[in-house]
Amino acid sequence: MTSLLDVRELHVTYRAGHGEVPAVRGVDLSLDPGGTLGLAGESGSGKSTVALALLRLLPESARIGGQVLLEGENVLDMRWGRLRAVRWVGAAIVFQGAMHSLNPVKRIGDQIAEPMAIHGTVPANRIPGRVAELLGQVGLPASRTRDYPHQLSGGQRQRVMIAMALACEPRLVIADEATTALDVMIQAQILALLKRLVAEQGIGMLMISHDLSVLAATCDRVAVMYAGRVVEQGPAREVVHEPAHPYASALSAAFPRIGDPASRLAPRGLPGDPPDPADPPPGCVFRPRCAVAETVCATVDPPLWPVDPDPAGNSARHAACVHVGPARPLTTARDGGTP
Amino acid sequence: MSADTEEHGADAPGGDAGGANGAGGAPVSPRALARRRRAEALRRFAREYTRNRAGLVGLLALSAIVLLALFAPLLVDQAELTVTGAPGAAYEPPSAEFPLGTDNFGRSVLDLIIWGSRVSLTVGFLATVVSVVLGTLVGVTAGHFGASGGPAGRVVSSVLMRVTDWFLVLPTLVLAVALAAVLPRGTGTIIIAIGLTVWPATARLVRAQTLAVEARPFVERARALGGGHTHVMAWHVLPNVMPVVLAQTTLLVATSIIAESTLAFLGVGDPTTISWGGILEAARTAGAISSGIWWYMIPPGLAIAAVALSFTLCGRALESVINPRLREQR
Repeated sequence: MTSLLDVRELHVTYRAGHGEVPAVRGVDLSLDPGGTLGLAGESGSGKSTVALALLRLLPESARIGGQVLLEGENVLDMRWGRLRAVRWVGAAIVFQGAMHSLNPVKRIGDQIAEPMAIHGTVPANRIPGRVAELLGQVGLPASRTRDYPHQLSGGQRQRVMIAMALACEPRLVIADEATTALDVMIQAQILALLKRLVAEQGIGMLMISHDLSVLAATCDRVAVMYAGRVVEQGPAREVVHEPAHPYASALSAAFPRIGDPASRLAPRGLPGDPPDPADPPPGCVFRPRCAVAETVCATVDPPLWPVDPDPAGNSARHAACVHVGPARPLTTARDGGTP
Repeated sequence: MSADTEEHGADAPGGDAGGANGAGGAPVSPRALARRRRAEALRRFAREYTRNRAGLVGLLALSAIVLLALFAPLLVDQAELTVTGAPGAAYEPPSAEFPLGTDNFGRSVLDLIIWGSRVSLTVGFLATVVSVVLGTLVGVTAGHFGASGGPAGRVVSSVLMRVTDWFLVLPTLVLAVALAAVLPRGTGTIIIAIGLTVWPATARLVRAQTLAVEARPFVERARALGGGHTHVMAWHVLPNVMPVVLAQTTLLVATSIIAESTLAFLGVGDPTTISWGGILEAARTAGAISSGIWWYMIPPGLAIAAVALSFTLCGRALESVINPRLREQR
């Protein structure tokens, strides 16, 4: 089975005033049709840059390297016309901040119809019916079509954004902090909705959030990003509950777990700031903030190692930390054992 | 692209009807609700506008002037406006028969002014339309391609803006006089001459507003869902720029009317029609000032000032209703 989405060695560099700033430094991701992949990380870790790079929506100052294969076709090589056709039909985005992602002077029905009209996926006379159907799917009455965005609540607007993302029946939905600005109850509703729609329609979903608990509840697999690289990747439960990389474990510990008195009594944060992407520290970039750093970490920048591999050397989970890799080849870690 | 939009609008009621059923027998149809909401919005707008006293005065004055211009053929006998059919003697001072006296041919100055309002308003409106359409087109295009057109787009944008700057630094009046002198004489020429000289300010304003709109996330969303340049400009930017354009339009009418009067006063207007500027010019050539015939000179000047003022008042009021920040400052 070919992957729905295959990101290989993705590099994104922003040209800033004083030089080049690498925002994404060699990210590999892969998503099967119907699968859900979570992308976690703190602000500035490059997760939104990855999302925008998938559809080439980055500003001109960004230089993109590597490959983004959407159903086997490299998005980064596409001609402009083909790219426009792929946008929303191949992959749609649920943007963060539905408040501002809707045009305030257009009716929501017309905005949901917008991608269908642009791509001609639905004949014009059947668009109103399809809009009503989409609104129904996201749990809004079809009588809302003639409303303007300001007449809806935040949760309703996010539902409209989801309806819009589903309009052209994309194979991939990218949810970029889709629930971040919402309160917890609405967040739970929207997540349940997304999960149900994705499962029902067999859509692949890439979900981006800084909130690991949200990803744990929604996704099959989770990748944790730090300073432009994936530092741990694997099944969601394992990554969240038994993280192997110290950064993933700090991120996981930052959320108190209900019913776990230990996490309440010992809340943990992560001291320090993420590294300046223009001038990353040598060796492992997480070393300055790492509680278990060793001298070797200052020189070795570990690649992703399999965690707890079976005898054949396969593992569902990978982490980029010297504590995870085989103890032997530490000194030659850069060349050895790429997964 | 706009044709598509129209079609959606026309189709929408069908979707609504289905929606009313789906909602489970709502007592009021969504269309009636929408209508009520629109009426409510209009009432709110009217309330907000009438709270601005100056705006109200401007609107009333403007309505009176427009009505006067529309019904001028009923109030004024056109035959009496010709030099041969003049009813009075030359330079009669104001009297019961001629409330504003007569001109050098014995025509009633009041009748001339009533009749002149037609040309002044027509030219004012049409020249404004020309300049607003041109300015909006240039402004939106320059703003859009400057913000998201890539390197080629930035070239297009700067070329457009340099052309705009060029028109902006040319003395408006001199350019209009030159244009009016070169083109065949007539009202159409005056409209084009004014329209072509007044648009740069609108273009600058619209471009600035376009840049602000382009930075908003829904424009990025529109690009993400595969919308091209035309779609973004026509569907997303233009409707969001319209309020500014509208307020600018009312302000420009005043400018255009003054420009028309100026051109007529300088003698490059259409000599066959009666306009306020034309009356002023006739008064000047007849030496009205030096011979103390004030009723020939002052009324048309006041008329120009009154119309320009009422348009400006309306424009300012409109601006303050549309822009809540101005409303607070008032």
